[in-house]
Amino acid sequence: MQTDAREIILKGISGSPGICIGKAYLVDKEGVDVIEKYTIPPENIRQETNRFKTAVTKARNELEDIIKDVPEELRHHAAILETHLLLHKDKMFYGKIIDMIKAERINAEWALKETTAQTKSMFNNIPDPYLKSRAADIEHVSERIMRNLVGIKDVNIASIDKRVILVAHDLSPAQTSQIQLEKIMGFITDRGGRASHTSIIARTLELPAVLGLDNATRIIKTDSIIVVDGAKGIVIVNPEDETLIRYEELAKKYALRKADILRTSDRPAESADGQTFSIMGNIELPEEVVAVKDHGGDGIGLYRTEFLYMNRDTFPDEQELFIQYKEVAELMYPQPVTIRTLDINGDKAISTKAATDETNPALGLRAIRFCLQNPGIFKTQLRAILRAAAFGNIRLLLPMISGCEEIIESIQLLNQAASDLESEALPHNRDIKVGIMIEVPSAAVIADQLADLVDFFSIGTNDLVQYTLAIDRGNRHVAYLYNTLHPAVIRMIKFIVDAGKKKQIKTFMCGEMASEIINLPILMGIGIDAFSMAPQSIPSIKNMIRKISVSESRLFLKEVLKQTSAADTMQLITDTYGDTLTNGIYTK
Amino acid sequence: MNMLDNKLNKTATVINELGLHARPAARIAAIANEAQSDVWLYKNGEQADATSIIDILSLACFKGTVVTLEISNPADAPVLNKIIDFFERGFEE
Repeated sequence: MQTDAREIILKGISGSPGICIGKAYLVDKEGVDVIEKYTIPPENIRQETNRFKTAVTKARNELEDIIKDVPEELRHHAAILETHLLLHKDKMFYGKIIDMIKAERINAEWALKETTAQTKSMFNNIPDPYLKSRAADIEHVSERIMRNLVGIKDVNIASIDKRVILVAHDLSPAQTSQIQLEKIMGFITDRGGRASHTSIIARTLELPAVLGLDNATRIIKTDSIIVVDGAKGIVIVNPEDETLIRYEELAKKYALRKADILRTSDRPAESADGQTFSIMGNIELPEEVVAVKDHGGDGIGLYRTEFLYMNRDTFPDEQELFIQYKEVAELMYPQPVTIRTLDINGDKAISTKAATDETNPALGLRAIRFCLQNPGIFKTQLRAILRAAAFGNIRLLLPMISGCEEIIESIQLLNQAASDLESEALPHNRDIKVGIMIEVPSAAVIADQLADLVDFFSIGTNDLVQYTLAIDRGNRHVAYLYNTLHPAVIRMIKFIVDAGKKKQIKTFMCGEMASEIINLPILMGIGIDAFSMAPQSIPSIKNMIRKISVSESRLFLKEVLKQTSAADTMQLITDTYGDTLTNGIYTK
Repeated sequence: MNMLDNKLNKTATVINELGLHARPAARIAAIANEAQSDVWLYKNGEQADATSIIDILSLACFKGTVVTLEISNPADAPVLNKIIDFFERGFEE
């Protein structure tokens, strides 16, 4: 080890778990920091404003190219880039800079720097944290123009040719979308938090990330050896030999454990006392079936069908739906595929329907309500499902049920669709299991009545928790109150499962609650029969189930039901299952 | 309305959770740019040019903020209605 490079430990925020050791790669634009100010003689003012305009045009062209090349899987992150594109020509920015060059007879770089600083300070004075953080957008736009003015090449992330750990002040959405994923081992940034763009990308890619380090870009140099401990939020620069050895072992252990869990993931999830649970995957597209199979999923517990209805001008026809459903059914056969019928809601407005003026879409016309008001659209989907059921093990799942009538009406439509197919002599299978999502408190309360009408329940925890606690998770002011361990939520889930058991029907759980290992002891104690989750979560959930005994979890549940707050329940989980849980990887 | 005054205005409320942030501001600016004359956005007497994302954002409109949109040329009424409609749909979020 070099003697002049001292080991430095930096503490930041955990953006994404995992450990990596490697060479740093700085993505910061060196040299742009020092901006000179000089006066422009009157006869050259025009030339100077043109120089600025050219730089903006170049910057916009660069950005347009980046937008064009955004990989498919990051497509929905590109909207922010479109906004950046508009910001380049914004009156209060572009216009102001040109005016400043003319009025003060100063160089374009200085005018750009001044205007950027003014705009940023305007944003920083806004009390709202979300709007305040828009200062970063101005900064990204300004930096791109500045590089074109000064003539410095943008560090082209797309051309990195070795495996590196990216170190940046802040990764802009434009930058993250250019990254060649196979070249990156981890991310480190000065800015950002758990909800930042970089953090989301890192977690999607299962790469370690430490964010909010403040001055990582000043301390770390390109090619420095660094260690990133994503779970702890620690970065070690110039590690000493001992540190390196320790982390290499840790990284190896982590990788082994991850591989181990993945390797055993196709084996059944059998509890310590021998009860087998079905662990299935949630999907949105047929392509995701592969991920479910790779991660050892025992079927599809939730196939969301909204995708084919979005971003288009016409509703999909029966044939189009049929082909997709058939493909998924065949790929998964003989394992089950649970198709949830159309659940359009506020944040997934369909472009074929004129958006309605609902101030409270979560309580409005969505899911089964929409389908029963539009029986033509609903029947097309039901026909496609019945036809696909001839090719695999398909189950039907009705979303947002709040009372018996909705089930009766839906089954009538299903029977009609089957009879129609019969008379048209189209191959289909009308003998499919019909289940309902329990995600509205009213459905939970009358679960015993609903159980008479259906073959299974699936608890959608995201909505059930939101409606039970009257918490909108998207609302920053109350989001902290959203807690799946609230005593009311636990009691409600138990009530649903008990009602189902009395009528001999099974209860599944999909939604985020099912994918977090800390909830498992409670859910197993309650008697949930099957879980469905994002494919990536399947291996760790299966692994954890094998360590828990159902009979013990039933005793544990009795204690849980005595707790009067989510915090007490959390404490009880840690006290009772802490060791088991911390040994599982992917822990949050 | 005064016949000599060509100004038209309408009121709208910000209803989405995140407030009037960058994405909807960009959309509003794009619509306002279709107008022939000025389009102004007012909040508590503060004025912003609706064709500028930055100016719109500087008004800091959170959820619940009531704003007034004003056009100076009646020919721009469709633009006004389009923006109001966008507000009423919670910026499609």
